[in-house]
Amino acid sequence: MRDLHGATTVLLGPQRNAPTVGAALARLGLGGGPVAAVTAGWEEREAEDLELGEHLERPVVNLGLHERAEEVFQHDPGLYEALREHRERLRELERLYRLRLRYLAPAAEELLRREGPEDLMGPERQAAFAQLRDLDEHHLGRVWALEEELREGQRLATRADLEGHRRDLASQVAEARALLIAGGHVGVLYNHLRLFDLLDLVPPTLPILAWSAGAMVLAEKIVLFHDAPPQGRGWAEVFGPGLGLCRGVVLLPHASHRLELDDPVRVQMLAQRFPDSLCVALDEESELVWDGHAWTGSAVTRRLGPRGTLEPVGTVPGSVR
Amino acid sequence: MTALRDWIEGGDLSSASVEAFLAAHAFPLVEGRQVTFVFHGRARHVFLQHWIQALPQQQSLVRVPRTDLWYLTLDLPRNSRIEYKLGVDAGGGHAQLIRDPLNDQLAHDPFGANSVVHTEGYAVPDWTQPDEHARPGTLELRAVPSRAFGGDREIEVYLPARYRPRRRYPLLVVHDGDDFLRFADLKTVLDNLIHRLEIAPLVCALTTSPDRLVEYANDERHASFVVDDLVPYMETGFSIRSQPASRGLLGASFGAVASLSTAWHNPGVFHRMCLLSGSFLFTDIGEHEGGPTFDPVVEFVNAFRKAPGLPARQLFQSCGVYEPMITANRSMLPVFQSTGMRVRFVEARDGHNWQNWRDRLREGLSWLFPGPLWMVYE
Repeated sequence: MRDLHGATTVLLGPQRNAPTVGAALARLGLGGGPVAAVTAGWEEREAEDLELGEHLERPVVNLGLHERAEEVFQHDPGLYEALREHRERLRELERLYRLRLRYLAPAAEELLRREGPEDLMGPERQAAFAQLRDLDEHHLGRVWALEEELREGQRLATRADLEGHRRDLASQVAEARALLIAGGHVGVLYNHLRLFDLLDLVPPTLPILAWSAGAMVLAEKIVLFHDAPPQGRGWAEVFGPGLGLCRGVVLLPHASHRLELDDPVRVQMLAQRFPDSLCVALDEESELVWDGHAWTGSAVTRRLGPRGTLEPVGTVPGSVR
Repeated sequence: MTALRDWIEGGDLSSASVEAFLAAHAFPLVEGRQVTFVFHGRARHVFLQHWIQALPQQQSLVRVPRTDLWYLTLDLPRNSRIEYKLGVDAGGGHAQLIRDPLNDQLAHDPFGANSVVHTEGYAVPDWTQPDEHARPGTLELRAVPSRAFGGDREIEVYLPARYRPRRRYPLLVVHDGDDFLRFADLKTVLDNLIHRLEIAPLVCALTTSPDRLVEYANDERHASFVVDDLVPYMETGFSIRSQPASRGLLGASFGAVASLSTAWHNPGVFHRMCLLSGSFLFTDIGEHEGGPTFDPVVEFVNAFRKAPGLPARQLFQSCGVYEPMITANRSMLPVFQSTGMRVRFVEARDGHNWQNWRDRLREGLSWLFPGPLWMVYE
């Protein structure tokens, strides 16, 4: 994994309606020249990056991870089958995780909502969140173990087809002024970035600008969330490990739409479940910058506070691997 | 009726006072569970015409003495949506049904429009309203050659925004498609739910029958049209997943009968069904009271109840508690459940109307064709 001390990482909110990546790129003062882009989260629309290029007013070299992966699978049906089986096992694991989550999460919320003397309620709430955190960590560990099993079993780090693409990708990234990672399907994006080990190919000082799902995959863990899905109540889920580039952050794109941010208990549910992380609402125009020493949020960028309020992020010492 | 009672008890019942009272309030007056319908005008008799099963469907309004103001207060549960008209006999002994002049909230249907009132707790769902951020899908008119009926049948095809031939889509066959578009805002709903990632991008074949009371009433030609003509046509002309798990049927009222009948005659072809306020009239003994139109329906539902088989794998069923079909739908639920289908049954405080069916689409379609809501963050 690359060491990013000294390199800038910019995490942004959704770009479709109010694109800010161009301005963020300009603020880095990189001069002209191409940028490399990952749009694999758009799946079969990966190549439709015309609008992005027009917005940036500079050449965009799409790394084409989705298409490359399709090509690899076509030539290597054994790998495709192994990945399919792996995804099926992950889905089963996810079902088991949800089985436990659907009891623990409502209990924790009920304890937050229920009134009572703090000496009675406090320890119960703490225990409930400790159970939730244990469950999340357990699930994270299981997913990680399955991934490692797959990587070793299938020799993903050294497989010839993948190696060829990695060499090609490394040369494309080496000529870029920055790496952009767009949002989209967070699972597909993560899988493709991991398949090609793209972050290992990125020069240590190359700035990375990522938005929405692109930001989520850079964190240590990927948290899926929606408070009001059409079927029942939504409980945030740990999807699995992220690429681990950005430590100590849980990134929540479209938070204003997907979360009931005016309900302090729902805000607390996330903030207290991930107390060691900065839970950041990555809404439109939000911007969170790692400058090599600390995270700094733009004026409109808010974090979810443990008391259920939204607070400006300000500047927070943190870490990036 | 607090506001009206306070005004009456105020004692000033002059024309100017009536006008001021009318100008100061929205009508009908909704105060907790109390809904007060008001009519202003010269008349010999005024009554409320509604379609709430189990309540007298015509109820007289009372005149406020020395005025032309008439009123009726009903106790209605929260979350209710009521469609109604006012019957006004201006003196000739013949009442005319009119929309409430004091209420501009309307619900349209193939027969015109009714006035509509919502009790507390109900709000028109925001996902039924146009959203400027939602990419619009498209509608295409197509003529489907039909061996079942002979000649061509016109359908409309809904393609989701960013439809790509390289991708394969689920197929939803919609009965009364034209009415779903006009009265249940189906296109807006699909655009919004797909935009919100709550349902998968899907292709819809919107069918419309020239003789629905016959063709939707267990007419085998219709089942054959859907399965042998329409589905192959769609799979040839559009990028459709050809597995039964990716096919669904949607229908309301007689359209629900047609959906169930089609699936029952062709088990295994469609795995998903959305049946809204199905006209599932049946008899255990004796005659039914639906009239001749319902004869083939009753015959079908009776046969289905005896041998339901496994028409689909997943069923969303709903019915309004104010409509006559609620008892039949509740009676069908255990039969549906006994087949082994996954069944979700939802009741709404609403009647047999298009806005009820519109309001159920999110819950039904997102369960039958779930979208990538949890996974996509654009």
